Amino acid sequence: MATQQTQLLARSLLAPAVVLLFIWMIVPLAMTVYFSTLHYNLLDPGTESFVGFENFRYFLTDPAFLASLRNTLVLVGSVLGITILLGVPVALLLDQPVVGLNIVRLMVIAPFFVMPTVSALIWKNLLMHPVSGLFAWLFRLVGLEPIDWFNDAPLFAIILIVSWQWLPFATLILLTALQSLDEEQKEAAEMDGARAWSTFIYITLPHLARPITVVILIETIFLLTVFAEIFVTTGGGPGLQTTNIAFLIYSQALVQYDIGNASAGGLVAVVIANIVAFFLVRIVGRNLEA
Amino acid sequence: MGQISLQGVRKSFGPVNIIRGADLDIEDGSFVVFVGPSGCGKTTLLRLIAGLEDVSGGKILIDGKNVVDVPPAKRGLSMVFQSYALYPHMSVRGNIAFGLKMAGLPRAEIDRKVEAAAATLNLTPYLERKPRELSGGQRQRVAIGRAIVREPKAFLFDEPLSNLDAALRVQMRLEVTRLQKQLATTAVYVTHDQVEAMTMADKIVVLNAGNIEQYGSPLELYERPANVFVAGFIGSPKMNFISGDVARQYNAATIGVRPEHLRIDRDGQGWPGTVTVAEHLGSDTFLYVDAGKIGTLTVRYVGELDLAAGDPVSLSPDPARVHRFTEDGTSIRA
Repeated sequence: MATQQTQLLARSLLAPAVVLLFIWMIVPLAMTVYFSTLHYNLLDPGTESFVGFENFRYFLTDPAFLASLRNTLVLVGSVLGITILLGVPVALLLDQPVVGLNIVRLMVIAPFFVMPTVSALIWKNLLMHPVSGLFAWLFRLVGLEPIDWFNDAPLFAIILIVSWQWLPFATLILLTALQSLDEEQKEAAEMDGARAWSTFIYITLPHLARPITVVILIETIFLLTVFAEIFVTTGGGPGLQTTNIAFLIYSQALVQYDIGNASAGGLVAVVIANIVAFFLVRIVGRNLEA
Repeated sequence: MGQISLQGVRKSFGPVNIIRGADLDIEDGSFVVFVGPSGCGKTTLLRLIAGLEDVSGGKILIDGKNVVDVPPAKRGLSMVFQSYALYPHMSVRGNIAFGLKMAGLPRAEIDRKVEAAAATLNLTPYLERKPRELSGGQRQRVAIGRAIVREPKAFLFDEPLSNLDAALRVQMRLEVTRLQKQLATTAVYVTHDQVEAMTMADKIVVLNAGNIEQYGSPLELYERPANVFVAGFIGSPKMNFISGDVARQYNAATIGVRPEHLRIDRDGQGWPGTVTVAEHLGSDTFLYVDAGKIGTLTVRYVGELDLAAGDPVSLSPDPARVHRFTEDGTSIRA
């Protein structure tokens, strides 16, 4: 943007898009803020009235809130851990020259393209079903009692499903990073007498610090709002065992029809997401600086 | 000690022969430069010595011991890469110390050696910096520091100066040469720049298409090139080659005359021609002369010469400095 003229032109051309995006964002936000201060229940129409922070007090003191917050954090943390701890070795394997590499890579990346509802249904009915599932069959094959995943370890089952979906993402990002690792650096380490493990620890892993950060940040954004997998498999249960914040808000709004309370929950979720983001950026964000 | 011998070393990638059988003896403490046009196999030959590539045949002896099955780190060589290949997340100290750390040396000894190497290379003020905070020349020095700190039997340099600007290149050329003399460690240096080769080397290996064309001291190569390729490759500007009737007068298929060995007569005998371009450098004058059937000849005249494009000149070669070649390009010795 060299001159004032071009600057003005650029701004006026950008303005419509910016304004549209701003309205797109501000209207739902404003309505949510507005609804969160109302007593507004669809089962009780015509009784909308201003209640101040009552909805927030109700939402935050609901025992379901703390349970679902805990579930959310466990879910996000576990999936992050699994996808990175498995993603690094998988990416290292895919970086090796193997016959049929393109097909293998495609297969590894495939789960990412499966819709969350579909993959949840597959896991629920084909893999984890206690009677007809593949895992149940494998357990019986070795003489063990099949696990009823969604009753005995419901959150763990959800974590497995979500990890399966996000592992390809982590692998893909880490793989592209590995491919950008300078070959001469590895050779220099080889000349310096570093064995495979030392090369991994001192050369490869530091090189992966930045992509790992990217994976953590992006995955966190999406994992805070996991919904379809829970809705399709456990419906938040048994009890509250697999209810996360997103699912809790859904059940407030569309099971109990309490719009006011759900709006308050939505705003709380925004605050939680910001808190998580703040700590994440504090912990891993410095890796992103050049 | 750092005596390296190649005996019939061959390397092929699939059906492509990169090195067609190299025999070479590199004496302890000497500075040997591999030079040749791109794709001649000079870098491959260096990587074979380093152990970063496996030989397809032949033996590589270091201090008399065949090392073809020895991993790179155990050969006792260290290498400076074209891209420097510094570890970007480690400080200069970490970079230089890495090899020693891998070798499991005690902390105090590593520190002592790193400080010594840094002092040799004027890197002491930069020890705690990251490579990205250094200039090109400083990075180059870190790469060299990483090589010398391990006290190797020989240094291998893979076009280490090609990423530097011209002025810095001349300076680093001098520094590398001086360092090598000071440490008296064998060095093998790859470059495509014949000026670098001529100025740095004790001995030059001229490579072409996977063959060693000639192995000798810089002046040997300049004065007694083994064939047309070496004659044309060594020396700048390039040697003039003349074939046909003129060459037959000298009993050769082709004769070669270096630009600095052509005498200019304004009106005398010799080969008549017309100046097409005259380059005045002050210290030298380069003339490009169209000599009719003989072709275009390059002439180097030391000092300033008042000639311009279009001026007629006659050229005669210094008879003692005419190189004669047979049909297949090998030199004819009197």
